[in-house]
Amino acid sequence: MWWKWSLFVAMGLVIVFSFTTPAPQQQIGEASRVFYYHIPQAWICVLAFMMSMIFSIRYLKNRSMEEDDRASDAARLGFIFCILATVTGSIFAKVTWGSFWNWDPRETSIFILLLIYGAYFALRGAIEVEERRAALSAVYSIFAFITVPFLIFVIPRITPSLHPEDSIVDENLKFTMGPVVRTIFFASLALFSVIYFWMFTLARRVRILERKGMEIEE
Amino acid sequence: MPQSSFGLISKAAAVYAKDLRLELRTKYALNAILMFGITTLTVVSFSVGQSGLPPKLLSALFWIVMFFSAMSGLAQVFIREEEAGTALAMKLTADPDAIYWGKLGFNLTLLSIMTVIITPIFFVFTDAPTDNVLLFVLVLFLGMLGLCGATTIIAAIIARASVKGALFAVLSFPLLLPLLLVLVKATERVLLGVSFSSIAIELQFLVAFAVVMVVGSVMLFKFVWLD
Repeated sequence: MWWKWSLFVAMGLVIVFSFTTPAPQQQIGEASRVFYYHIPQAWICVLAFMMSMIFSIRYLKNRSMEEDDRASDAARLGFIFCILATVTGSIFAKVTWGSFWNWDPRETSIFILLLIYGAYFALRGAIEVEERRAALSAVYSIFAFITVPFLIFVIPRITPSLHPEDSIVDENLKFTMGPVVRTIFFASLALFSVIYFWMFTLARRVRILERKGMEIEE
Repeated sequence: MPQSSFGLISKAAAVYAKDLRLELRTKYALNAILMFGITTLTVVSFSVGQSGLPPKLLSALFWIVMFFSAMSGLAQVFIREEEAGTALAMKLTADPDAIYWGKLGFNLTLLSIMTVIITPIFFVFTDAPTDNVLLFVLVLFLGMLGLCGATTIIAAIIARASVKGALFAVLSFPLLLPLLLVLVKATERVLLGVSFSSIAIELQFLVAFAVVMVVGSVMLFKFVWLD
């Protein structure tokens, strides 16, 4: 219980400091505060989809329904954070580039990610037999993941990106953030991760209860 | 399972020959693909006319027609087995690799026939420049390989789902998007009349995409087929 309260306090502090300290990127100005939320969301989205794929591989190896539950829970949470990252990014784009959506490489790749996992849920909805649903959706998510490197290769060739990278790393991949910005940013990243794992365990507990409920009915 | 490569090839050839014979009896998939392609081509031709469209637009229209025509028929190879109830017999008699290669070959044949018929009609209807035919054919061929490599396993997946209709295009589209973007780009350059070396990177991408998709499918196919 104590860690939930400390999470509450720490997240509150991050929110307060993210708005009261000077903006992290001087050229972009106030809008760059989105950086404290948008990047952790995108990070959770990638983390969750990775976890989903690993659980899918494990399902195909040992055929335990628990792994399939984990894979779909992780994908669902990843999808939520993916939408959040898309929306915050789009608002940021409106403020700094002048339009909500202009097929910037980052926008294209996150859009395709949403499409892939949208298709994944459509597939899950279309199969009634539990084992079959688990196996087929596992194969689809692994197969979809194989195409990601091609995406990374293709997209930058179509249009140059306006996505600001220099607020995190410079050309030599060294951190460019000042100490204050860095502290808030990494605190936000860590806290978002804790929230994600909390949501994930909650989803797990709901699943276990559902399965128990089904057993009692039978 | 241990098996000589010769056995694999002859078994795959048997699966291929069986599918080809079945298709020639009904011509169901082929008719669906061709009629879809011709219908969309007609719409394109009527709506934008023959007035020399820019290559960018031409190549995009061409690949939209190709993609959706392919989507209308490629799923048949596996749906047919499920509907006729012959999937179980196939599982007992042939190993998954042979079935995958046979089905891939069949889909490739289907798409080749479609390409041979649709492409000339496209050129006639839209009056696109034909100076660079050899390069165009090369891009087309590599595109077909990638398209088949990625969609054959998706066809196997949706054949086992209870709702089949639109699911095939929904599942295939995100995987094929990088391929389509490169194909549109490469075709545009070809229509503009560039040389082989200036689209070498695109061609490399097309080869790599097809190879990765086929290898990935071979590794994952048995999980779909024998669930």
